[in-house]
Amino acid sequence: MSDSGNRTPPIPAPHTASGIEIPERITADMLRHPDPGNPGEPPYTRGIFPNGYRGRLWTFRQYSGFGTAEDTNERYRFLLESGQTGLSVALDLPTQCGFDPNDPMARSEVGKVGVSLSNLAEAEILFDGIDLGGISTSFTINGTAAIVYAMYCAVADKQGVPREKLTGTIQNDILKEYVARGTWIFPVRPSMRLISDTILFSNRETPRFNPISIAGAHVRDAGATAVEELGYTLANGLAYVEELIRRGGDAAKFANRLSFFFYVHMDFFEEVCKFRAARRLWAALLEERFGITDPKAQRFRFGVVCGGSSLTAAQPYNNIVRVGIETLAATLGGAQSVFTCAYDEAFQIPTEFSAEIALRTQQIIAYESGISKIVDPLGGSHYVEWLTDKMEEETRRVIEEIDEYGGVEKAIEDGYLQARIAERAHERKQKVDKGETVIVGQNYFRRDDQSDDFGEVFKVDPQAAQRVQEKYRRVLDERDSAKVEQTLKALERAAAKDDENLMPYLIDCCHAYATVGEMVATLKSQWGEFQEPIRL
Amino acid sequence: MSLKGKRILIAKPGLDGHDVGAKVIALALRDAGADVIYTGLRKSSEYIAKVAVDEDVDVVGLSMLSGSHMALVSDTMRCLEEYDASDIKIFVGGTIPEKDREALLEAGVCGVFTAEMPLEDVIRAIERELS
Repeated sequence: MSDSGNRTPPIPAPHTASGIEIPERITADMLRHPDPGNPGEPPYTRGIFPNGYRGRLWTFRQYSGFGTAEDTNERYRFLLESGQTGLSVALDLPTQCGFDPNDPMARSEVGKVGVSLSNLAEAEILFDGIDLGGISTSFTINGTAAIVYAMYCAVADKQGVPREKLTGTIQNDILKEYVARGTWIFPVRPSMRLISDTILFSNRETPRFNPISIAGAHVRDAGATAVEELGYTLANGLAYVEELIRRGGDAAKFANRLSFFFYVHMDFFEEVCKFRAARRLWAALLEERFGITDPKAQRFRFGVVCGGSSLTAAQPYNNIVRVGIETLAATLGGAQSVFTCAYDEAFQIPTEFSAEIALRTQQIIAYESGISKIVDPLGGSHYVEWLTDKMEEETRRVIEEIDEYGGVEKAIEDGYLQARIAERAHERKQKVDKGETVIVGQNYFRRDDQSDDFGEVFKVDPQAAQRVQEKYRRVLDERDSAKVEQTLKALERAAAKDDENLMPYLIDCCHAYATVGEMVATLKSQWGEFQEPIRL
Repeated sequence: MSLKGKRILIAKPGLDGHDVGAKVIALALRDAGADVIYTGLRKSSEYIAKVAVDEDVDVVGLSMLSGSHMALVSDTMRCLEEYDASDIKIFVGGTIPEKDREALLEAGVCGVFTAEMPLEDVIRAIERELS
């Protein structure tokens, strides 16, 4: 960092990270909502439960998965013994993109960045000794979400756990994949159908499960501001609601099970107010656009991840402090579940040591800091209420802009949103390079003898991919191939129609030990693939 | 600073879909005057080498975050060799641990850039390589 490394930064400029100008002082007459209402009542500015965390703390959920199902199962047991209260499954890229472990495209990525889950046999190992009726499991999965959800139902069937007892979340938000994270498979239209299928099926068969987590987190990490993160996420949420209504879904029922997912970065008050504004705005939008007034359906439930691109590889222990502040912002904003990134996560899969500190950060805030003793502790603060108003107004503007463009589907197919995020990322980077955005230990306050030593190194098992491939071949040899063929054929026929729910077919395929790659190939044969618009 | 007249291919090999780094560097190189082509996501090494040759680029930038960089770089080099195009240089960006930097440079990569490096430094380094 050539210029600014040892200089003292200027006093922070009086605007939020999203660019909202902050007056020097705020008085009661500047508030649009002098009374923010009661917690647990529409429009839910102060939280969706009347008693906040006094009744129930947020779920401590650490994102985790690597190598083989056996390795990951071991880590899950460690985290559960350490007091984690929910699982969050990281899947490897081949599983996310619909390639089997022996596919040439998958070769170098099996078991990296997540666990390989190509068929039911692997899922059985992954959850071995973990009672699916007693734990809530969240999956970061999108392109193949319907398949992984089908697999989860199939494991429950095998464990003898009734499906209605299943709790957890599949991310299942394909719209943001096209914009930011890139694990899309099918074109937008059939993807929207597949998502409606999971939601409608889940409402019926796994009523305590969240069949979607509409996620702003990834557009945020890709460069969007906090306001844009919220705007794009709510716009995507509205697109799903519209689709479900078109499919004949009962709005009061499905809206009740929609959940959301965000990043929280370092501008503390902006982040707290982002969540407060999100609750109020979502309730208002459901009513304005769809006439949904059922108070339960209007409740905006969300999970949060702390860290991501706000963490630095330089002076990595500083990240522990960052994650602490971000966790506070998430919980003061009223999150239902939080996972905290480990300090070394900017460059490796966390070790047990770093993962434990990340989990302890949540536990210290929950049990020692006192913030869970009162609902919405910041409510009524002039600044917090004013900034909540501002975030709401600015977010509305972003949603209107997308409406004017012709809706999210068009904006994605044209590459408009993708280009916009890339531009924003470029701006963010330039601000850091120029020293306008301060990152302690990276562009300011560096030490001359700075080392990038971060303690223990996570060791990837070099044999993991090979072991996964061997197990995969064994499953292919041992399964009843006539049954596989029959279930895949049935899936193909159902996919060719418009109105059949594909979930029961996918569950049958899973029970027959059909693989993720086979199911995806079958669907691709009917729907084709998304053609990425390349626009810089 | 100018990369005027230089042709650069920014590519995303492998399955990792995080392309923010690739796009940021593409925009910065374009601002510095280069003709930039971006492959889009999930491209095989064969495809990347073919586009590099067809478009007659001076250098290929590979952006990778998933930890598969050693394999993907050597695959791409092998494919360029098969096209008799080993003169096309390769630089690498993304999440690259310090310990792999040396190995990549030894393998013949002309630069290894991470997200924390100022764009200006990255562009200067590429300029030096291409001059």
